[in-house]
Amino acid sequence: MLTLAHFLSLGAILFCLGVAGIFLNRKNVIILLMCIELMLLAVNMNFVAFSRFLGNMDGQVFVFFILTVAASEAAIGLAILVVLFRNRRTINVAELDELKG
Amino acid sequence: MNTTNMLLAAPEFWVLIMACVILIADLFIREERRGIIHMMAMITLVFAAIITVRGDYLSEGLRSATAFNGSFIRDPMGDVLKLFSFFILGIVYVYAKFYLRQFRMFRTDFYTLTLFALLGVMLLISANSLVTIYLGLELTSLSTYALVAFDRESKRGSEAAMKYFVLGSMASGMLLYGMSMIYGATGSMDLADISVAISNQDGDSMILVFGLVFLVVGLAFKLGVVPFHMWIPDVYEGAPAAVTLFISAIPKMAGFAMAYRLLYTGLGDLHTDWQQMLSILAVLSIVLGNLAAIAQTNIKRMLAYSTISHMGFILMGLLPGTADGFGASMYYVIVYSLMSAGAFGMIILLSARGVEAEQLDDFKGLNQRNGWYAAIMAMIMFSMAGVPVFVGFFAKWLVIKAALDAGLLWLAISAVIFSVVGAFYYLRVIKLMYFDEPLTESPIDAPVDFNAVISLNGLLMLGLGVFSGSLIAVCMSAFGA
Repeated sequence: MLTLAHFLSLGAILFCLGVAGIFLNRKNVIILLMCIELMLLAVNMNFVAFSRFLGNMDGQVFVFFILTVAASEAAIGLAILVVLFRNRRTINVAELDELKG
Repeated sequence: MNTTNMLLAAPEFWVLIMACVILIADLFIREERRGIIHMMAMITLVFAAIITVRGDYLSEGLRSATAFNGSFIRDPMGDVLKLFSFFILGIVYVYAKFYLRQFRMFRTDFYTLTLFALLGVMLLISANSLVTIYLGLELTSLSTYALVAFDRESKRGSEAAMKYFVLGSMASGMLLYGMSMIYGATGSMDLADISVAISNQDGDSMILVFGLVFLVVGLAFKLGVVPFHMWIPDVYEGAPAAVTLFISAIPKMAGFAMAYRLLYTGLGDLHTDWQQMLSILAVLSIVLGNLAAIAQTNIKRMLAYSTISHMGFILMGLLPGTADGFGASMYYVIVYSLMSAGAFGMIILLSARGVEAEQLDDFKGLNQRNGWYAAIMAMIMFSMAGVPVFVGFFAKWLVIKAALDAGLLWLAISAVIFSVVGAFYYLRVIKLMYFDEPLTESPIDAPVDFNAVISLNGLLMLGLGVFSGSLIAVCMSAFGA
């Protein structure tokens, strides 16, 4: 029998994978975008699980908002990526070093 | 839900409609007549302010009123913050027009994106449930990500936008994860219901504190306090000065409102937990912000680190969790936005033909080139440093008093010490302006409206300081203190 804890663990694992991906990845900006998406989906997992086990629909409604916003976020991220590639001819994370920081 | 309820959100509806109208109007207006767009944006702000002032929900003797099933709230605090957002955005537009014309970037996108960001800020200020907080935050953030990359040919701009985007989205993810935990622990999205659910629980539940940690991390990212500040200097330096001006002034107000709503309205019962976290963040920001600013030669980067330290001060006001403290914090955030708008206005003023005046050396000998501009910059720098008589002093004084009320003596002492350290780099700008030889003799010329607004902005530093009582009273009464 699957309990709430199982779902939360899965959500936590996915979320950690997303965060770890952002910090460990030194190669490609597109992978960063994928990691961000993964983080948001992990949160959705949490919301749906809580909503199901609390018997409260609010969480599932919130998931729809998050999905929509995540889509527009990805659109803006890709747009910035295109501008970045045009100007610098690279999307390698390690080469984004013109600004010290 | 009846129609009177909907009318509470009238200013938001107005800004939304006008942002869409301006977006479409751009298609029908020729490039050389784009000044019309600027006028439309200004009119939007004026009417938004009028609509906000005319909200008559208070006439029924209520402190606040909610709409949309409690997910939207109108209260005096929100109204004051919104009015100042309109006012400061008006200042930003006047400065930005001069800059955008000079750098051949006078496009309508700037106005639509800033208006949508303003809508997000307004929504965030009035948010009363986790859903509205998230939506307002994302609307603000997404618009500002795009704004940072506004100069499409700039290598630094697109790099800054990418860094801002990745870190900002990660912060949203953290915040959402925290929200999901809070939802799981309380079973509600509404901040008022969350607060009731928490006070009915006995003892701090593990999951609630876990959620709170993530919320605070997300919030700290958005406000840009140490150790989640790394995006601020890069974004300030990489973005065009007009956009930096906007980012440094307007979203900070929403950041304060969001912290207040989430931490106090929603999680007020976890006060001792978040007080500890925030006090550490505050002291780190004040120390690191002021120390790192000294080492900068680029004035945009210097102001970025100064922002970080100012954010630390704003957090200090939140610590006691009392009306006085929140009033102090709100006063600080309004004053800070005005100071920062003025400082970036001066950078825009000195920028000539395609080159931004972003080095400290560009301010050398400003007094010999134009005495009045130097005086304005001096007033802004004195105010930022917190020299008495100027408005920045009263803001600092109130938040330090708030920290003392919370019994955090060590925090108050370190805040005072590091404001003195911070005074060094503000006064260095004044030294450069008055005692160094100018690098260029070229005259500084600006249009009439720019001169009028920057003079007003500089004089407000002094005027609000000398007559500080009224604005402080407004901020305090917004919280019923």
